[in-house]
Amino acid sequence: MRVPCPLCGDRDLREFTPRGAAVLLDRPAPDADAATWNDYIHLRDNPAGASEELWYHGGGCGAWIVVSRDTVTHAISATKLAAEARDAG
Amino acid sequence: MRYSAWAILKQGLTGNAGWPQAWRSPDPRPEYDIVIIGGGGHGLATAFYLAREHGLTNVAVVEKGYLGGGNVGRNTTIVRANYMLEGNSQFYSHSLKLWERMEGDLNYNAMHSQRGILNLFHSDGQRDMFARRGNMMISQGDDAELLDTEGVRAKVPFLDFENTRFPVFGGLYHARGGTARHDAVAWGFARGADMRGVDIIQNCAVTGIDIENGRVRGVQTTKGAIRAKKVGIVVAGRSGQVAAMAGMRLPIESHVLQAFVTEGLKPCLDMVVTYGMGHFYISQSDKGGLVFGGDLDFYPSYAARGNLPMVEHVIEAGMTLMPMIGRARLLRSWGGIMDMSPDGSPIIDKTHIEGLYLNCGWCYGGFKAVPGSGYSFAHLIATDRPHAPASRYRLDRFETGIGLMDEEGTGAQHNLH
Repeated sequence: MRVPCPLCGDRDLREFTPRGAAVLLDRPAPDADAATWNDYIHLRDNPAGASEELWYHGGGCGAWIVVSRDTVTHAISATKLAAEARDAG
Repeated sequence: MRYSAWAILKQGLTGNAGWPQAWRSPDPRPEYDIVIIGGGGHGLATAFYLAREHGLTNVAVVEKGYLGGGNVGRNTTIVRANYMLEGNSQFYSHSLKLWERMEGDLNYNAMHSQRGILNLFHSDGQRDMFARRGNMMISQGDDAELLDTEGVRAKVPFLDFENTRFPVFGGLYHARGGTARHDAVAWGFARGADMRGVDIIQNCAVTGIDIENGRVRGVQTTKGAIRAKKVGIVVAGRSGQVAAMAGMRLPIESHVLQAFVTEGLKPCLDMVVTYGMGHFYISQSDKGGLVFGGDLDFYPSYAARGNLPMVEHVIEAGMTLMPMIGRARLLRSWGGIMDMSPDGSPIIDKTHIEGLYLNCGWCYGGFKAVPGSGYSFAHLIATDRPHAPASRYRLDRFETGIGLMDEEGTGAQHNLH
């Protein structure tokens, strides 16, 4: 499996560490209530199909990227820098 | 028909023509008292114990595929009770006791073999940790024996004891652990449930859960609507999709875990050996194949197959521990879809919807839990009260932070187990 890093191009899967669903980019305010934090930390859509995930390119450029991926086929349709994805909302 | 040596002899002398079907294939009735979604090991065990322990037989198990086609037939068949934390310790202890009498209870040969499990350690710190775990196991009433290097050598002399990075300092031996024939566990529970009147409906996917005024009314399936007073969800890796039918989001991420088997070899490994530092564990099946596995691929997946980097990692770990397996040829590899919970421990609980019950989060350890999970889930569904050994498997523990069971001590977030 090759992962297209927005900065480095197609790279080996082993250079990356998957972190989890990209909802992690949408961090609640520090004073948000417990239910909001539970939602953010624990609850997941866990989709079978199209999924947005946060991956870290630790064996390459060190960027956090958002990987758009199919969890059933493992096909990657797009990647972008996490910072850009977060700023785009 | 009751299975026995006499039955085998009689059938053998009469051309084996008289064996009846082990279970029926009924069409679903319009209504049941209880519908169990998911005919895996846990679902079938739930149905069996509902019938046997609680006399509830107006029950249907609805299975999307065929019996034994999911994780119950896609694991490394290990059975053990070597947990440490309050909650897990009681539960798995109870489950192992059920294993020990299961074949008699089911009148079915599940080839449960208590050949022992050896967890290796490789440093002084790890020895302390394993000694503590062993003490906890003994205090729970289970068995554990701490072995030094020579003790391990006496049992498995073919390990690479002088491995530079991870020399073998010893191991924690759990003699009552072992393996079982995984499909036979599903078949045995299916037969046991069926003969008590439970309808097992295969090739029938649930497409919706009917809820009115906060109360479950039944399920929609590819074979039509089925009304039910109570519905239990026990679908492992598919928990997210089925819970979504009830409008719920779960603290579950589905991941792929790979396993491997070699060609059949002469007997060479008479117990389960785990090598935590290499994320590697191995046993030899009764057919002779070396069955081994490693770690998750670590990205969410429903593919039931993994990627080559983890294959390489697992085989490397195996070779560093047990160089003799290098000549064995790999026959098959496969992946199962694991319902990973944030703290690595499962959930057996009611939901906020009346009559809807949830059993999930077994991570990569569901097989050994099959009878215990079924027993406790049946108790919960039948009585509306948690079964004592499973009473800490609460759904709300992540939100409250109370009673988290993080056996590995890595934290209670996704992707840490």
